[in-house]
Amino acid sequence: MSRRIVIPFGPQHPVLPEPIHLDLVMEDERVLEALPSIGYVHRGLEKLVEKRDYRDFVFIAERICGICSFIHGMTYCHAVEGIMDLDVPPRALYLRTVWSELSRMHSHLLWLGLMADSMGFESLFMQAWRLREHVLDDMEATTGNRVIQGSCKIGGVRQDISNQKLREIANGLDQLELDLREMVNVFINDETVKHRLSGVGTLSSKQAWDLGAAGPVLRASGIANDIRQTGYAAYDELDFKPVVETSGDCYARTVVRAKELFTSIDLIRQAADKIPDGAIDMKVTGNPKGEFFARSEQPRGEVVHYVKANGTKNLVRFRVRTPTFANIPPLLEAMKGLELADVPVVVLSIDPCIGCAER
Amino acid sequence: MKREAQVIEPIQVSDLLVRMSERKEVGDRMVAISCAAVGGEYEITYSFEDADHRFVHYRITVPPGASIPSVSPVYWGAFVFENEIHDLYGIDVKGINVDYNGHFFVTKVPRPYAISPPPETPPAGKQGGED
Repeated sequence: MSRRIVIPFGPQHPVLPEPIHLDLVMEDERVLEALPSIGYVHRGLEKLVEKRDYRDFVFIAERICGICSFIHGMTYCHAVEGIMDLDVPPRALYLRTVWSELSRMHSHLLWLGLMADSMGFESLFMQAWRLREHVLDDMEATTGNRVIQGSCKIGGVRQDISNQKLREIANGLDQLELDLREMVNVFINDETVKHRLSGVGTLSSKQAWDLGAAGPVLRASGIANDIRQTGYAAYDELDFKPVVETSGDCYARTVVRAKELFTSIDLIRQAADKIPDGAIDMKVTGNPKGEFFARSEQPRGEVVHYVKANGTKNLVRFRVRTPTFANIPPLLEAMKGLELADVPVVVLSIDPCIGCAER
Repeated sequence: MKREAQVIEPIQVSDLLVRMSERKEVGDRMVAISCAAVGGEYEITYSFEDADHRFVHYRITVPPGASIPSVSPVYWGAFVFENEIHDLYGIDVKGINVDYNGHFFVTKVPRPYAISPPPETPPAGKQGGED
């Protein structure tokens, strides 16, 4: 006769860099249901718009997350620029695109390392994080910071990257690409990795779409949805195709992120080739009045920044829907029927960022 | 750079479930439910993406203390947004499929984003300094 018990998972757990609690309703070794609780790191950042100047708030938007910090800042800027109908200089849009793709690469490499660690594949974990340093060095060389760059502002960017430096970055990616191909080959073809991840935590394309999944979780279930296709920043002038896998399991999510590293490299090369000369910012006067929903593709998926303004220097409302928040319902569905030992791997497979989700 | 069109359609609370069912039927993905306290009322916006990446929004406006129906029977994953709205704004959402009863976002200050009720006028003869 089977036994039902509830096992608490988190908020502290080796696979969780940040706190989330799950009550796992188990029948023997199988998960029947999982119920999440959050609130451990709720900072009330959205409320701060009522007290901070909308221009200064970029710095707070960037601090929603330490990993996708640049894209948070950029998306906030897009929302305010949308309200004020600002035509940001094209060079600034290209620079935003370059930093967005560097952010994606370092986030995916961080996650690939954590995924390898969760499987007990320590040498692979170290390879991923070793290669991530190359990307962080480029971030530091161009913005002064490895994470939380502070380089985006309303109306443009705060610092330029010279054409020569951009070319150096693009050339440096040649060697990094070779190293990445060697590492990604292990993630895609190694029997240990395949055995651990294939068929685990599967979401069909219908489940992923109906439950509102975002980013690599959605694309790993066969749906070619990538917000970069909407053409924000300079993406409308660059050529790329979303990486899509169809099996919908942890293996597919890993493959999507691994292959997206090469899409990012290609986009940075294209941007370095096409970036126009010119100004990197514009003068912004007055205060915004109106509302705007801005979307971007973060490493973890689609992020939505909603801004409402009333013509004063303080905003009325700033609301962020992060990809992790959207991926909670698909995660709960993917966990049904799992073996207990698979739970950490499946939780990690959505690349959870709880700091983002709670804001 | 392309900017997405901002299509926000105001709807009645009584039409909410019908409109959500229509979105589900045509295969739209629910992206977010957002709430804002504006002018003493709550604006609740339901955002969707269709198969062509179009981003569209439906908005209801309710006064403090009002109840709204949950759309989680239509979009199962809506429960995270509805519990968030309940916990941060104190809006009563009826019929959430996974209802945390105020324990989803555990905050030090209950309902931190709720519209504050106006201060009560002291009754005549009870002004300070008369005791």
